[in-house]
Amino acid sequence: MKVSYFPGCTLKTHAKDLDTYARKCAEILGITLEEIEEWQCCGGAFTTAKNESATKLSSVRALKAAKDKGQALVTVCSACHNVIKQTNYTMATDAEVRMKVNNYMAPEEPYAGETQVYHYLELIRDVVGFDKVREKVVNPLKGQKIGAYYGCLLLRPNSVMKMDDPENPQIIEDLIRALGATPVVYPYRNECCGGYTVIEDPEFAGRKSKIITESAKGHGVDRLVTACPLCKYNLVKNGSEVPVVYFTELMAEALGVKEMA
Amino acid sequence: MDNKNSNLQAEIVRMSGVNPRKCMRCGKCSATCPAYDEMEYHPHQFVYMVENGELEPLMKSKSIYKCLTCFACVDRCPRGVEPAKLVEAVRLAVIRQQGKNHLKPEDIPPIVDEDLPQQAIVTAFRKYAK
Repeated sequence: MKVSYFPGCTLKTHAKDLDTYARKCAEILGITLEEIEEWQCCGGAFTTAKNESATKLSSVRALKAAKDKGQALVTVCSACHNVIKQTNYTMATDAEVRMKVNNYMAPEEPYAGETQVYHYLELIRDVVGFDKVREKVVNPLKGQKIGAYYGCLLLRPNSVMKMDDPENPQIIEDLIRALGATPVVYPYRNECCGGYTVIEDPEFAGRKSKIITESAKGHGVDRLVTACPLCKYNLVKNGSEVPVVYFTELMAEALGVKEMA
Repeated sequence: MDNKNSNLQAEIVRMSGVNPRKCMRCGKCSATCPAYDEMEYHPHQFVYMVENGELEPLMKSKSIYKCLTCFACVDRCPRGVEPAKLVEAVRLAVIRQQGKNHLKPEDIPPIVDEDLPQQAIVTAFRKYAK
C-alpha cells in the first residue's frame, strides 16, 4: 500500500531518526511512504483564529497533493500531524476559511477536507494492525520498561484529533506491547513539555519537562518514547535521567532494521 | 465601554469563535493549565474579562505569550468554552498591529544551540509574530 507522506522541517535535520526509521519500518509492514513533492513547512502550530487563511495554505497544499494521488496523508511528527489534521478539519467544516483558501489557490476542483489524514501510529493501528507488527518482530524488547510520552499535540483537541482517549490513551502502549516490551503508565504522559516557550523562557519549559521526566523515572521507566522533536529536545535538554528516543527508533530495534540505518 | 473597545471585543469574540457567556466559572481551565504559575491573568480570567470588555489589561499582559496552546483547557472544559482560542485571539489582536511583533529574527541567533529543532523556531514565530 502506498500513502502520501509529509515529513516536515525537523525530520530533515535534527530528527532524522524519526524519519529514517519510520520509512524503514513502514516498508517491513507493507507500506510505502511516498514523500510529497515540494512540501512546505506546516508552521509548527495551528492558528485557531477563524479569520486566518494564509497560515493554512501549506497544509492545504499537502492535503490536496495527497487527494490528487488518491492517497491518504501520513505524518510522523506530532506537530505536523496536529496542524495538518486541524487544517483538514477546518477545510471540511468552516465555509469561510474554505472559500478564502480556495479563492487564493484556485484549484480546478475546490479542496474541502476530503483527504484521510493519519498519524503514523494510527496507520499502524488502523491499517496495518498491531498483530502484523507482532509477527514482524525479530528482536522482541523483552523486559524493557518503556514509557509513552504523548504530550499535548497528538491527542488534543480530541474533537478533531480523534486519535485515542485523550485522558487515558493506549495507542503507544499497545505498540510497545506488540514490540515485546512492557509499557509503563505514569501520570504526566499527556501533559505539555513547555513546547515552543523554550525560545523565550527556557526555565519555564525546563520546569514543565522536569515534572514529566521525574514522573517517568519514579514509575520505573527505562526509556521514554515520543513522536515529537520538540518534546524530545525539551525533555533531554532539561536533564532527563531517563533516555528519550523516537517511537520509530524503538520499532526499528524490534523489527531489526536499526543496525542498517 | 466605548465604541472602539466594543468593536475590538466583538472582533476578538468573532475570530476566536468562543462564546464566553457559556462559562459557568468552575475554574477547571485554570486548574489544569500548565502555564498557570507564569500567568498574571489565568484562562478563566480571559473568559470573563473578554466578556466584560476588559481588554487592555489582557493585551498588555505577558500572559498572552505564556499559553502553550496545549488544549488542556479546551478538552477539559465541561461547557466547551475553549479558553485557549480566546487567549490566541487576544494575542493576535496585539501582534497584528504594526511594530508589535513579540519575537524578531535578530532574537534567534543568541539563543540557538546545535540541538534546537527548527520546529521550536517556526512555532515561536507563528505564535509571537506576524
